[in-house]
Amino acid sequence: MTAEIILFWLFAFLTCAGAIMVAASQNVVRMAFSLVLTLGSTAVLFLLLGADFVGATQLLVYVGGTLVLLVFGVMLTATGPFTRIKSSPADAILSGLIGVVFLFIVASTVTAVNWDGENGIDQKIAMGAHAKAVEGGFNPTQQGNTTRPLGLSFLSLRADRDLKLDLPKESSAETNTAPVVPGVSVVMPGVMPPPKSPVPLSTGYLLPFEIVSVHLLVVLVGAAYLARTKRRATT
Amino acid sequence: MQPTPDKFLFISAVLFVCGVVCMTTKRNGIGILMGVELVLNAANLNFITFSRFTPLGLDGQVFSLFVIVLAAAEAAVALAIALNFYNNHLTIDVDRGDELHG
Repeated sequence: MTAEIILFWLFAFLTCAGAIMVAASQNVVRMAFSLVLTLGSTAVLFLLLGADFVGATQLLVYVGGTLVLLVFGVMLTATGPFTRIKSSPADAILSGLIGVVFLFIVASTVTAVNWDGENGIDQKIAMGAHAKAVEGGFNPTQQGNTTRPLGLSFLSLRADRDLKLDLPKESSAETNTAPVVPGVSVVMPGVMPPPKSPVPLSTGYLLPFEIVSVHLLVVLVGAAYLARTKRRATT
Repeated sequence: MQPTPDKFLFISAVLFVCGVVCMTTKRNGIGILMGVELVLNAANLNFITFSRFTPLGLDGQVFSLFVIVLAAAEAAVALAIALNFYNNHLTIDVDRGDELHG
């Protein structure tokens, strides 16, 4: 019973309890607090899975940003004549039953897979991939491993995949020399042909990163436009 | 010693089911948003689990980062829409948004 197991069970319980409270509660403010509990515990689960940067991002963006936004929405809309929004007890019981059945279906599917067997995850391959990602981090484990490979992969450099490639020695010498054949191919001055890599390098995420950046900008401008206070045309 | 992947997947299943139940039963518009956040978190937990236990490697973490960013964008837009709805109807009960029934 190591500390990791104890932490896992503690935060697994907190995650599930918070999620059930979000689904079961009728009060929006209590739902928001339970969602804070759930998302924070999920961040700790991410840390337990070795994803330190994603866990920190979860805490910063979700708990610090999105949930504050939601709480502001609750505060701005909690006044007025129709504040009490309840569903009937029969609906709640019925949806709870359907939820339990749905959970049984999904959980039986998950537990039906033999994760250690021949058809499951090959533990050697899996641990090897994780160890490779750790090697690409250039840091000892205590300082966090995934930040640098994640940043490099957003720049389309895959340190976790390509750093330890065994390149053939004899082909590496002629990769940077331009094939200059006089009279046949005109080589533009200053333009090097791309060096041929003996092994195809892994692709990164530069284009999705740019797309998501522009998307976030457009979305925030659109949200500010939508949520602004409109002046009535009659006044 | 690490917990096995099926435990993480079970937690993810609980999150997903709670999110779906929350989305379908809440009449409060912001409650529906919270259900969406729960479902996206379940997907994130699956991504991170498979990036730890399979040769998927770092790609799962990159995808979960994208999911987090898109969830933040979705929350901003949906909240702006909820505020507009509140300005027009003086409530965010989604059952009252029935002007477009055809």
